[in-house]
Formats: sequence, structure tokens, C-alpha cells
Amino acid sequence: MRIHLPNSAFLGNIDPFLRSFDNSNLKELIITANKKWISIHPVVLAMIATLGESLELKKIECEKLEATSKHYLERMKLFEFLDIESGIKINKHESSGRFIPLTQIKTSEELSDFIREMVPLLHISPQQAEPIKYIISELVRNVLEHAKSKSGAILCAQYYIKSNTIRIGIVDGGIGIKKSINQSYSAETDLDAIKLALIPGITGTTRNVGGTEFNAGAGLFFIKSIATANKDFFMIYSGNGMYKLLKRSSEKIRLNADPFRDKHSRDDNYPYWQGTVLGIDISLENTAKFSILLDLIRKAYKKGIKERKKVQYKGARFI
Amino acid sequence: MYEIVGAFAENKDLARKIRIEQIIPQLEKGEIVTLNFEHVESTTQSFIHALISDLIRKFGPDVLDKILFEHCNDIIKQIITIVVDYMQESL
Repeated sequence: MRIHLPNSAFLGNIDPFLRSFDNSNLKELIITANKKWISIHPVVLAMIATLGESLELKKIECEKLEATSKHYLERMKLFEFLDIESGIKINKHESSGRFIPLTQIKTSEELSDFIREMVPLLHISPQQAEPIKYIISELVRNVLEHAKSKSGAILCAQYYIKSNTIRIGIVDGGIGIKKSINQSYSAETDLDAIKLALIPGITGTTRNVGGTEFNAGAGLFFIKSIATANKDFFMIYSGNGMYKLLKRSSEKIRLNADPFRDKHSRDDNYPYWQGTVLGIDISLENTAKFSILLDLIRKAYKKGIKERKKVQYKGARFI
Repeated sequence: MYEIVGAFAENKDLARKIRIEQIIPQLEKGEIVTLNFEHVESTTQSFIHALISDLIRKFGPDVLDKILFEHCNDIIKQIITIVVDYMQESL
């Protein structure tokens, strides 16, 4: 496998980075990077760490980094994760460090402990922390319950002062959304599976509306709704499929049960990713009051379930 | 609830444990169940689903007359309402 850290890769412009990922040799990982400047979304780091974890012999080759921003990769513990000596020295106590370094979570208890300890690292108010805790809990639990990933979930996050935004990446090397959803559905492509996973009330564990005692099929719809309400980016990439919720300028918040009705980009022709990649930006400036957002979600969810049930109703047979 | 799940009620395994070990036995005895959310600051839809969805599925919507949700803040109330609504829609 070969991955190149570009000059810039955030959710808005991540597509060329994803397309450049070469997954041809699964036994080794070669990392190259832009020589001048590397400015990347945490999801990129979580992807590289996950690739490193997937290698049985940790055969990783990383070219000597020259970019001045290489310290960021060290601070986020990328080299520690990959077992590579970077030779970069950093001051670990610098005051601007509002970030969650690469973290691996394999159990439900590890997740609960992580959430308790995470908020102080970001230096944000309890109200601002509300959606962040919610997103991380739901997304990591999704991985633990559905991904069958040996390396669990790998995540990291960073607060960006200029845009007043928290950017989060959560990645796994598990079975991917298509295999998970197709335990109950029959999605033909990875993109079909991503679409189903984003529709409220659809889960791979059952076809029953309302889900099982443990799964409702609501987690990803909630997360997409949080991003929609805050006019933020949200990206989901699994297998060959990628769906990206784009930024919207309209003041009116409209939550759609069908993700293809949202302003988005999508393609089913990306290099194959074994597992699932999730990236989300949460703007702290726009953060809609969580309880107001929940009210909108309740209405959209109810409508979505009604529409799904209507599809299931049998028609009368007139002769 | 706080003693078991802490300020952020998100651990679904604990939700299921509470449902199976505490709520169901009380309901089966015909008793009213009170779920006290005092000091719980927030929760997730997944947690509330794991806590109560199967009660509505197994006992029917009337079970809601036998469960009291106490000391819930706005967010917790909203999330409980979402789960109660979609479970009844799906019956």
C-alpha cells in the first residue's frame, strides 16, 4: 500500500487524497509526503494508523519528512502508532494543544473511559462538548458492534482556532458497511449500502422497523443530522463508495431521511477501503442548541419511519 | 441511574443490564418503575433504545403508563421522546 500526505487534505478537498491511495500490496505500507507543508484532517491520520495496524509484520516505510508542519504528526502520535522513529522533538506541554491524539478503542469500557477523559483535552465548554461526546460515543459503538474490526476503532480530533471547528476522524479496518448492512438487506454496491446505513431505522441486524432490542439503525442518521444542522462537512467512505455531505448556505435547517436528498457528493469508484472511514467537522460557532436539533431529528425520524412503513404496506387486490 | 451509568449515559451494555435485571422483574411483579436521571447530564439515542425499546415491543405501548422518568433535563426528555415515538410508529 502506498499513501501520500498532500499539502492539504480536509473534508472539503479530500477527494484527490482518497483517489491517490494505492492499495495494491497489502503486506507493506509506504508513506510519502509533501516536502513543504502538510495540513491534514484528523481522519487522514486515523486512516494511516489503521493501515499500519492492518499489517501483520508492521512493514512500514516512511520517507524522511521535510515539511515544517511534520511536528503535528508527531504530536498526534502517528509515528508512535506506526512504531517508527521520527527523530522529531516536540514540547508536549505547549498551551495551544487542543487535540485528541490517535487513540485505539477496542471495548465498550475503554470507550466510556475515553469519553470521560476526552473533553478536558479540547478545552471547550460543556455545552459545546455535548454533540462531540454524542458523535464519538455513537460512532465508536457502531464500530465495536458492527465492524468486526480486530484493531477496534482508531480516532483522533483537533480543534482549529481559525475556523473555530473541531474535526474528528474515526476509522476501522473491519468488514465495511456493505457486508454489515447485507446481513439483512441486499445492497449491490458500497454506495447503496452507505445510503441504506444513513436512512433512519435501517440496521444490518434486522429488517424490522424499530430495529432489535439493541440496535435501532439511527446512529448515523443522528450524526448526519448534527452535521446538517450545523452546516458542516460529514464524510463516510467504505469499500469503493464515498458519500460526503457538503456545506450549505441556507439558514433553514432541513433534515432528510434520504441522504441523497441532502446537498452532497458521492461516487462508487474510489480505491477499495477495507472497513469504514468517517470524518466530521463540528463548527463551535454554529452549534445549534442540541435540544432544538433533537426536536428536528424527532420529526424527521418519525416521518422517515412512516415513509418506510408505507412502502411495506400491501396494496388491495382489485379484480 | 447516575450511580450506574455516570453523567453521560451512553454505555448500551449497562442499559441492557438495567432493563433485564431491574426493570423487567419489577414490571413482571406489576410494580411501577421509576427511572431516576438525577445528575445524568446527557444520553444517547442508542442508550435509551437499549434501555426501553424492547419493553415497548414486548409489553406494548401501555408499558409507558408503568414507567416514570424522573429528573430528566431537556436533552434526556427529547431523546426518550424520540425513542418512544419511533417505537410506537414501528409497532
